[in-house]
This record gives sequence, structure tokens and C-alpha cells, in this order.
Amino acid sequence: MSALDLSRWQFGITTVYHFLFVPLTLGTVWLVAGFQTAWFRTGNVKYLQLTKFFGKLLLINFAMGVVTGIVQEFQFGMNWSEYSRFVGDVFGAPLAMEGLLAFFLESTFLGLWIFGWDRLPKKLHLSTIWLAAAGTALSAYFILAANAWMQHPVGYEIDPETGRAVLNDIGAVLFQNTATIAFFHTMAASFLVSGAGVAGVAAWMVMKNRQVDVFRPAIKVGAWTILVSAVLVSVSGDMDMKIMVEQQPMKVAAAEAIYETQDAAPFSVLSVGDLSGDTATDIIAIPGLLSWLATGDANAEVQGINNLQQQYLEEYPQYGPEMNFVPYVPITYWGFRLMIGLGMLAALYALWVLWAFRGERTPRGRFYTAASAGIVLFPLAGISAGWIFTEMGRQPWIVFGQQTTADGVSPLLSATDVWISMIGFTVVYAVLAVIEVALLLRQVKKGAPEVVVEDPFEEAKKDDDKQLYFAY
Amino acid sequence: MDLQTIWFILIAVLWIGYFVLDGFDLGVGMLLPIIGKDDLRRRVMINSIATVWDGNEVWLLTAGGATFAAFPLWYSTMFSGYYLALFLVLFGLILRGVAFEYRGKKDAVAWRRRWDAAIVVGSALPALLFGVAFGNVVGGSPIEPVAGTQPDLAGSLNYTGNLLDLLNPFSLVLGLMTLTVFMAHGAIFLALKTSGEVREASRKAALRIGVVAAVVAVVALLWYQAYSGNVAFTLPLALLAAVSWLTALGLTLRGRRDGWAFVFSSLTILLAVTTLFVGLFPNVMVSSIDPAFNLTVENASSQQYTLTVMTIVAVIMTPIVLLYQGWTYWVFRKRISTSMIPDHPEAGRADDRFATAGH
Repeated sequence: MSALDLSRWQFGITTVYHFLFVPLTLGTVWLVAGFQTAWFRTGNVKYLQLTKFFGKLLLINFAMGVVTGIVQEFQFGMNWSEYSRFVGDVFGAPLAMEGLLAFFLESTFLGLWIFGWDRLPKKLHLSTIWLAAAGTALSAYFILAANAWMQHPVGYEIDPETGRAVLNDIGAVLFQNTATIAFFHTMAASFLVSGAGVAGVAAWMVMKNRQVDVFRPAIKVGAWTILVSAVLVSVSGDMDMKIMVEQQPMKVAAAEAIYETQDAAPFSVLSVGDLSGDTATDIIAIPGLLSWLATGDANAEVQGINNLQQQYLEEYPQYGPEMNFVPYVPITYWGFRLMIGLGMLAALYALWVLWAFRGERTPRGRFYTAASAGIVLFPLAGISAGWIFTEMGRQPWIVFGQQTTADGVSPLLSATDVWISMIGFTVVYAVLAVIEVALLLRQVKKGAPEVVVEDPFEEAKKDDDKQLYFAY
Repeated sequence: MDLQTIWFILIAVLWIGYFVLDGFDLGVGMLLPIIGKDDLRRRVMINSIATVWDGNEVWLLTAGGATFAAFPLWYSTMFSGYYLALFLVLFGLILRGVAFEYRGKKDAVAWRRRWDAAIVVGSALPALLFGVAFGNVVGGSPIEPVAGTQPDLAGSLNYTGNLLDLLNPFSLVLGLMTLTVFMAHGAIFLALKTSGEVREASRKAALRIGVVAAVVAVVALLWYQAYSGNVAFTLPLALLAAVSWLTALGLTLRGRRDGWAFVFSSLTILLAVTTLFVGLFPNVMVSSIDPAFNLTVENASSQQYTLTVMTIVAVIMTPIVLLYQGWTYWVFRKRISTSMIPDHPEAGRADDRFATAGH
């Protein structure tokens, strides 16, 4: 394999892996903040127990998100230096802002939250988790704005001498609809994942008769988080589809494996065949739905892959007549369906869990406990599939219409070097994944801590040599 | 002053922040086997940095991001050129970051030993390799135009060496300098942040390692004068750094002013990094092949608009970040001793007992 292919694999592996931890953090941190606020407002110790229980899961997860995130920032320069040269003037700005505005905020205030129980008054301590949560969301915003620029570059011009992109409107980069909608969609999906985590774990604990009084209320919190998020995911996904059909019509066509431009395009739910354009056969297709999803009009025209390929050949003659502008359709087609399907599964779970646990009822059975233990995996796989679709659907471009992925790779990088780093990252990541999952399960099995001292800050004030309330 | 120069200074400031702050927690990590004779002592050491290491590391991320935004050609050439070295840095940072969080999650000797090893290796690799990387940036490394890349000269400049070229004598000495200085800096931090037996052991370690670091640093910084573009400034700066370091060691020896000792060891790092950057200016990466292939603040930078936007963001945000990060240090200012470490990690003197129902 060439350094280019290997670099693509490495970026894919490390990014998908990084993004397993990110959505869980993005949503869970707000839910933990919510539990702690509920405790602060009501004084009900159960909420404090939930804060600590889910807080510990959050931190195990957050550590992985942080360390795998550093790799992301370095990789642009390491493997994609021609890309970095080309876009640095534009793309570097949101990354630097992410550091200054978001990373400092989240890491500093999360540190204060973890270790500050006996060092800060209750209210101040509560504010640290909210600030950390704000930091995580801001961080998501900047990186999504940077990504949106790769999907739909705006606010720049090309320097005629160097051929590189030069920023001329930072507002356009930060606030274009591609960025705001991607943020809306990603945050909603992250809350869906986190809601599934909370609901699944809480339901599992209740079914196992563990601290039922503590965990029963959390089932509802998780389930309603899923349902509200599912609605918001759909609304934002719909908005996303409508701008995508304008900005990246090829991605929409590839998502649907629509090869010829057609009116009243159907939405195929499932199909068989190799999706190569001739042999794919829809087994379930809803007439007109795709046109409606893409434009709001069931009879509207949707452009097909072959037509767009022709159009791009004329538009970008510099790549020659052999250039293939079509993404890898099986990935985009199934990625898109997995994203929607797995997200909907979580919503169904939420409905079931609300019904099955209504009042004081508790469903029994191995299937239900297994489903609850596994439910977080479905939307997590769904959000992964969604991003794989988004990024693979942009191919062959690294910056849509401006630079191809093949042109973005570091020119002198040797395949050997990338093999070394890719195997290194993959092995470390695999080992850490096993450890992380084992630790999460262990923490869940321990249950929520019993709270003996409710106000460690007041206690610590009385006795200066007191043991630390929280220590590694 | 033009914006390029301002950003050169800002990036120097970010690296100073990173080396002063993460420098001591990398140092504490490397000192685990030296000062941490038993688990309790090791936990005192880890808890002394637990509250701040993550925030300290953000200085690195921000330095990286700022270099990308302000000097994209510098970022691209350096990060792609130093590929395997940076991979090892990342490998180290991944290991130690996870180790801090996971080490106490299981009460088993073998488990903790493995994470301790991860912390030591994960701290030593970046401590050594950042010095090596800077040695190549300021001392020069094979950089030349590569055909078929960007149309202009500056854009076509790439690092054409390999990993072994990075490990040249001057850069290795600079790497040893960061390694030993961070270790001593970490020990001085521990002397300030702990009390009792750990503090005593840290003072001793600080003095012993500090003397070695002084020798290595003097060799490195004097050798650097051969590469420095501004000897009139870098030589006095290097001498000031030496004086500051000796002051830090002297204060550590007397052992009454731990805070001042830490201030002076931080000042030493500030002066040493300043020496490197002053000698580098107006270059940002020196080519060992031909000075015409140097990347400079002029040819490697972003355009005025980007620099202006980023300047506004930096001017507003940097003081705010310094303020709240400084506040964290104030909140956790208390010295930690072995008697303050609870028996069970995260369980705080049995205030939070885990429910055993269902087991």
C-alpha cells in the first residue's frame, strides 16, 4: 500500500476511534451537570450519587478522548502536510481558537470539578462542571466549523501566486450554515448516545435490583434525553440534507446510489446487489421520498451520480478525463442507512423503557438486561456510521472542489513510516479499548457510592490536615 | 512591530508556557521511580500534579494550533518532517494521560506497576524528544525544495532527512537538556507542593539532578551560540539562564524558600526557551543545506487578515486563560503529604463508601 492509502487508513482508524469517546463526553457532561444541579437545588442525595456514578464513567471516557484528540491535531501536519500548507491560512484559525477558547476551559474546569469537592464551596464547585461542559461544546463547535469548511469552503480566496487558500471572512467560516447545522446535528446525536448510556445503565441496575431507588429516576432522564434528541437529530438531519443537496449533490446521490438524474426520486430503504449502478435492486423503496427529503418537494429533480461525474469532468478539467469524482458508493449508501437505523433503534428502546418501567414496574428477563447493557452501542455505531458517510462521501476531495485527498498527503512520507505509526496507534488503541471497557463495566458494577459527607468543603475548612476528599 | 513578529513572540510564549508547566509534570512523571520508593509516595507525587497536568498539556495543543494558524508552512514542514519523532511523542502522551486516570482504578500491585511504567516512559519520551526537535529547528536540519509540490519556493520546502538525521549530536544534547532540566524542575515543584518525606527526597533529587542539568544546559546553550543568529542577545540570555538556575538550586539547598526556588527554575526555562527563539529569529526553521531554504517569519506565515483575527482572539483570551488557570493553582495550593492520601483511591477517607448491596 502507498503512503497515501496508509495515511487514509490511519486517519480513518484514529478518527473513528477518537470519535467513540467524544459523543459520549459531549452529552454526558451536561447530564452529569444536570444531576449535580438537581442535587444542589433539592438536596436529594440520590442526585449526588447519580452525579458521582455517571461522573466516574464520564472521566474514564474523557481521558481517552483527550489523549486520542492530541493525535488528531498533530496528524494534519504529519500525514497531510500538502493539505496543511494549502489550507493553513484558513483552517488553522478555528483549530487555534479551539485551543484558546475551548481546550483550556474544559481541561481546567474539569480538573477543578474532579478534585475540588473539598476545595470549593458547593455552588462554585457546581459551576465548574457547567463551565467544563461549555468547553466541550465550544470545542465541538470549532472543530465542526473547520470540518464544514472542508465540506463547503467559504470566506476565502486563492492566492494567484502560491495557489493556496487565503482567509478573507472569518465570520463566513465560523457561521456558515454547513457549520451551524453540523453542530446542531452532532450535538443532538451526542445527547442521543449519552441518553442511551444513562438509560441503559440505569435500567440494567434496576433490573438487577441494585440501588433501585437511586437508578429508577435516571431511567426516565435517559429515556427522555433520547426522545428529545431523536426529534432534534431528525430536524437537524433534514436541514443538513437540504443544504447538502445544494453544496455536495454527489454525496446525496452516493448516499442513495442514484445513478441517473430523476424526478420524484425514491428513497431506498434496503437493496441488494453491488450498488455499481446497473445491478443494484431496491427491495424496499418509498417513491418520491428522497426528492422530498432533499428539497421539500416530492416531485423535484435529484441529480444522479453519472450526470454529476460528467459535470465535474467539465468543471475540473485539470484532473484529466480519467478522474473519478464518485465516492465509494457501498460505504456511503450503507453508512447513511446505518446512521438512521441505529439511531431509530435507540428511540424505540427509549419508548419501550418508559413503558416497561412505568410506575414501579420492572420488566424481567435476560433479553431486556442484555438489550439495556448493549443499547449505548447502537447509537454510538450510528453516529460513527454517519461520520464515515460524511467523510467518505466527500471523496475524492479533501477540500471540496479545491484539493483532492491524494494531493493533500505529505509528499515525502514513506510507507514504512506510516506502517510503523499505524500499527503503533492501532495496537495501543486496541489495548486501551479493552482496558477502558473493563474499567467502565467495573465501575458500573460497583454501583453508585453511598454519600456519608455531603459537604466536604465545610469539613476541610475545620481541619487543615484532613485527608484529601478525592485523590488518585 | 509587524504581525509576523508578534506571532513569532506569541508562539515562543506558548512554548515557554508549555515547557514551564508541562515541564514540571513531565519531570514528576520521570521521577516516580527515583523519589517514589513506595506506593504511598508515588501517590503523593501523582496527586501533586493530578489537578493541573491536563490543563498544562493544552499549552502544547495551543502551540500546535497557533503554529498551524500563524505559520502554516512551519507547521507543515516540521510535523511532516519529524514524523516518527512526533509519533513517539504522541505515544508517550497517550500512555501517561491514560495512566494518571486509570492507575488507581484497580487495587492490584501489578496493575499499578504497569501504569507507573507507562507514566515514566510516557513522560521521558516527550521530555527528550521536544529538546531534540527544537535542536533541529534552531540548529538546522536538511530542508530543501521538493519538485512537484507547491509552485512557490517557500511552499515547496520540505524536510528531506530521516529519523537518524534528527538524532544529531547537538540536538541530542538539547534533548538531554530538556530531559534533565524538566526532571530537576519537577523535583523543585515537588519540594514546593509536598511536605514530609516526599519533600525531603525531592530536594535531594533536585540538587543532584540539578547539577547534572546545569552541566548539560551550559554545554547545550554554549554550543548553540555557534548556530545562533543573534549572539549579542543569546549569549547574555544564556548566562542569565545559568545564574537563574544556580539561584534555584541555591534556594533548594537552603530549603526555606520553595516558592522562590520554583520561580527561579521556571525563570530559567523561560530564559532558555527565549535564548533559542531569539537566536532563531527571523527564521522559524533553519535549513542545513542552504540558508536560502530557511523558513522565516516572512515566507512561512499566514496572510495579514488571518494574523489580525488571531491576534484579536489571542489578546482577549490569553489573559483570561492565565487568570483561571492561575486560579486553579491557587485553589489547589495546599502541600500534600503521605498522611493526606486516602487509603483507597477516589474514595476519600471512606466518606464515599461503595455500596456492596447485590454482591
